[in-house]
Amino acid sequence: MFIERRIICTSCPVGCFMIVTEENGKIVSISGSSCPRGEEYAKVELTDPRRVFASTIRVEGGVLSVCPVRSKEPVPKDKIFDITKAVARVKIKAPIEIGQIIIKNVCDTSVDIVASRSLPAKQSADTVAQGG
Amino acid sequence: MSDITVDVAVIGAGPAGIAAGVGAKKAGAERVVIFERDWDLGGILQQCIHPGFGLHIFGEELTGPEYMHRWISKAREVGVEFLMNSMVFHMEDDGSFWIMNPSLGIKKVTPKSVVLAMGCRERPLGALGIPGTRPAGIYTAGTAQRLVNMEGYMPGNKVVILGSGDVGLIMARRMIWEGAEVLGVYEIMPWPGGLRRNIAQCLDDYGIPFHLEETVVEIHGKDRLEGVTVAKVDMNRKPIVGTERLVGCDTLLLAVGLIPENELSRMAGVAINPVTQGPYVNELLQTSKPKIFAAGNVVIVYDLVDWVSKEGERAGKNAALFAAGELKEPARKIKILGGSNVRLYSPQWLSGQADATIYMRVAQPIEKRCKVIVEPGAYEKQLRYARPGEMSEVQIKAEYVQSLGDVAEILVDIREA
Repeated sequence: MFIERRIICTSCPVGCFMIVTEENGKIVSISGSSCPRGEEYAKVELTDPRRVFASTIRVEGGVLSVCPVRSKEPVPKDKIFDITKAVARVKIKAPIEIGQIIIKNVCDTSVDIVASRSLPAKQSADTVAQGG
Repeated sequence: MSDITVDVAVIGAGPAGIAAGVGAKKAGAERVVIFERDWDLGGILQQCIHPGFGLHIFGEELTGPEYMHRWISKAREVGVEFLMNSMVFHMEDDGSFWIMNPSLGIKKVTPKSVVLAMGCRERPLGALGIPGTRPAGIYTAGTAQRLVNMEGYMPGNKVVILGSGDVGLIMARRMIWEGAEVLGVYEIMPWPGGLRRNIAQCLDDYGIPFHLEETVVEIHGKDRLEGVTVAKVDMNRKPIVGTERLVGCDTLLLAVGLIPENELSRMAGVAINPVTQGPYVNELLQTSKPKIFAAGNVVIVYDLVDWVSKEGERAGKNAALFAAGELKEPARKIKILGGSNVRLYSPQWLSGQADATIYMRVAQPIEKRCKVIVEPGAYEKQLRYARPGEMSEVQIKAEYVQSLGDVAEILVDIREA
């Protein structure tokens, strides 16, 4: 039995509209993508859909009260809400360095949550203000 | 009180301004200073914590803060100087301007050339004229984004989004991830305002209803927002009587367009294009005042920060050449006209001194093979589609402009192939 699925590629801003045909759970054709990344995306999307997760964690003593974080790699789509909860429980002391690991192997995905910016501690905010 | 003298002054430390600083230093300018009103560098990208930036420039998708981190490092490396907490509050028509800074006080800056990189602002509620009350709970999408991503506050729990610009779509997903309920996105036009992949990954992934040709016609609630009335619209974007529905919500986010921020440009007497609402520029990104250059969303609202950075570098480079006296007064001034399906475009002038990139948006979507044409001449570029929410661009060689002879105008259009 053939099943046709319509998906939009999210690999880049073009957003190719693809039609994937499956027969007995196996992909037999992928049409509509304008680059090889599209086909790769379609395959992953049907077997193990993943997304990059980005949120914030609470910060103590920082120039901002929250710091942005991201999953270093895409995580399984169905784990996203578990990850939101894991990230919401975290509070960390400033200063924070970009790339710093915040949660290792979040929700057993083998993917780390890392800081996506550097955040100085509050007292050094004056240095920043001077253009330092 | 001594003036601050610089070779190239850049106003705004967002993506356009930082790239302009880098471009100016690389082109040999000695003292390049970026003036920024915030305490932090990076502009609006610091609150855009989702990935999706930098694919063209860095070959990978970074979050906004990561993208800016790379540019800020590059700027420091090449010796760009920054002056933070410095609000430029007045600009003269010779390009000199006044800043206010908590430790320096009020200072005059006299640069040899200037790059305007102030970015844009969101269209607010007041510009929409929606009937009803004015309770708390109504935010532009970018304000909500700042509250959630930088200040750690949730604006509300039951959210309706008006308009489908990218910031609104991104915020729909962001609010869901933070535990809110997003009841729907309402777009008055027959097509989405933002990128199609954002419809897929921000709305479709979470089953958020997307209503095209529908809008908010009334706001309800005394102290806090209690709901909005939505209705379908006809071909003239007028609400259709009898289609109204009440949607209970405590938060309304507006993602209804961005407007270039040009108060300073106007003060300096820079000519503003009423369509883009940004300065008229040539391919060097020089405004009607030869000493003043402009780049990024202050000129025309882009979809991708990569293009903003590229244009910033271009403006910075040319501002450096101007400061060094190496940029000749343009010998030619050819006007670019937009065809019937080009709603807005930039630049509007060509001098023939450098290769040009013309960025444009279509008025009507073409969902099949189409082409950008430049007349007169053999310029044609094939496109797979053209959508109002996604900019198209075409490269034009300086030699083409030089070869035009007596031609004073060229036409750029996007048509079916």
